[in-house]
Amino acid sequence: MEYILSILPPLLEGTVVTLQMFFSTIILALPLGLLLALARISRFKALSSAVGVYIWLFRGTPLMLQLLFIYFGLPFVPYIGVRLPDFSAAMVAFVLNYAAYFAEIFRAGIQSIDRGQYEGAKVLGMTYRQTMQRIVLPQVIKRVLPPVSNETITLVKDTSLIYVLAMNDLLRTTRAIVQRDFDTTPFIVAAVFYLIMTLVLTWMFQKLEQRYAVYDE
Amino acid sequence: MNMIKAINIHKKFNNLEVLKGISLQVNQGEVIAIIGPSGSGKSTFLRCLNRLETIDQGTLEIQGDILADSGPDGQVRYATEAEARRICRRMGMVFQQFNLFPHFTVLENLIEAPLTVKGVKREEFVPQAEELLHKVGLAEKRDVYPSRLSGGQKQRVAIARALAMNPDIMLFDEPTSALDPELTGEVLKTMRKLAEEHMTMIVVTHEMAFAREVANRVIFMDNGEIVEQGDPETVFGSPSQSRTKAFLQRVI
Ligand SMILES: Nc1ncnc2c1ncn2[C@@H]1O[C@H](COP(=O)(O)OP(=O)(O)OP(=O)(O)O)[C@@H](O)[C@H]1O
Ligand SMILES: [Mg+2]
Repeated sequence: MEYILSILPPLLEGTVVTLQMFFSTIILALPLGLLLALARISRFKALSSAVGVYIWLFRGTPLMLQLLFIYFGLPFVPYIGVRLPDFSAAMVAFVLNYAAYFAEIFRAGIQSIDRGQYEGAKVLGMTYRQTMQRIVLPQVIKRVLPPVSNETITLVKDTSLIYVLAMNDLLRTTRAIVQRDFDTTPFIVAAVFYLIMTLVLTWMFQKLEQRYAVYDE
Repeated sequence: MNMIKAINIHKKFNNLEVLKGISLQVNQGEVIAIIGPSGSGKSTFLRCLNRLETIDQGTLEIQGDILADSGPDGQVRYATEAEARRICRRMGMVFQQFNLFPHFTVLENLIEAPLTVKGVKREEFVPQAEELLHKVGLAEKRDVYPSRLSGGQKQRVAIARALAMNPDIMLFDEPTSALDPELTGEVLKTMRKLAEEHMTMIVVTHEMAFAREVANRVIFMDNGEIVEQGDPETVFGSPSQSRTKAFLQRVI
């Protein structure tokens, strides 16, 4: 017990890094995913295809590869090459990757809304923008909550990939302690930390789903 | 001035010619019933009037404003998007499948468009919306979500929602076809009430009794054309075209 208390401070510090990465990613990836989804269904073919290629690239290659490329590879790309600090590099990789997944979830959600909803709004004089904002997207939210919840929980665990950039998140801190003390207890403590984070998220999404359960379709 | 003036409307879906030159002028307060076999183009014609479908040729004029017009080169030119929206919102539309907004309560369904499109104030409009609900007999369903309503109630909400925009013309596309037979009566009664208030109406319908009793003019469409039109007594009682006779024999 005393041992567990002694390793809590560093593990909590690691958790802060993990949570920072998680929140920065989710806050940016959700809106970016929505924009990409709207671009993907746009009637401007060039835009739609460009986003299609983007989604294919980011869903078709390992997140770890994207992470390594943006940190180590990007500085050597002619013209756009920049060296990003480790946190920024990781964040960019996570946001770009998760936005691609969210985009596909939102696109499928938008396309699952009946054409009659658009027509009902149109004959009432609503613009495309008003129709999306007031009629379509609110209904999409209800439909995409379960897959978005899944992705979000996956993200909590995916953040541990940043160990490859030698960032001291929860998992890397834990490993360091295990190697130092020749004791596997920290692994169990870390597991509990991850479980608590995903439990809170699960609970939040449950609340959201309940809120949207007031109406049926 | 005609409420609606459609001249020589043509419409193709891919290579299928669905409307082959339809002309129709609708006067203020007229109730027009469009009847005809399935696939004859009734819905398509109605949907062209409020640009749910675009026409390939012809002229569409709503209360003297040109919505679409094909010039000498045969190209159809539509009014600008904003102008077209302004013109078309004078026509309310009621669909076979209701198309209510499921995430809004009944009252919210009614006030949504007046608020977002016309920018009226919520407090100011709610009493009007309640009055409309009262008129269609659903005052007590104000705060209920559409999924809790019967088909007939849904359709009456849809009618009230269209009326909330204060339209000059109402278009109905088979408003009772998705309903159980015992629920059609309440919807037809609401429509009858509108007709008595001299709302200009175009009703695509399979309800021959309704067409006969309520319409001022009955139009029989077949194969993308208006085959015959006239007052209900003439069209139903002594049709002059053999296609009309054959159709009426099948449905009555
Ligand atoms: N979006 C579309 N794309 C292709 N073809 C269509 C489309 N909408 C309608 N059609 C075709 O156009 C023809 C006329 O259809 P329309 O719906 O106007 O007929 P209708 O008279 O309303 O028939 P019903 O009584 O069955 O409703 C049909 O052959 C139909 O298959
Ligand atoms: Mg039809």
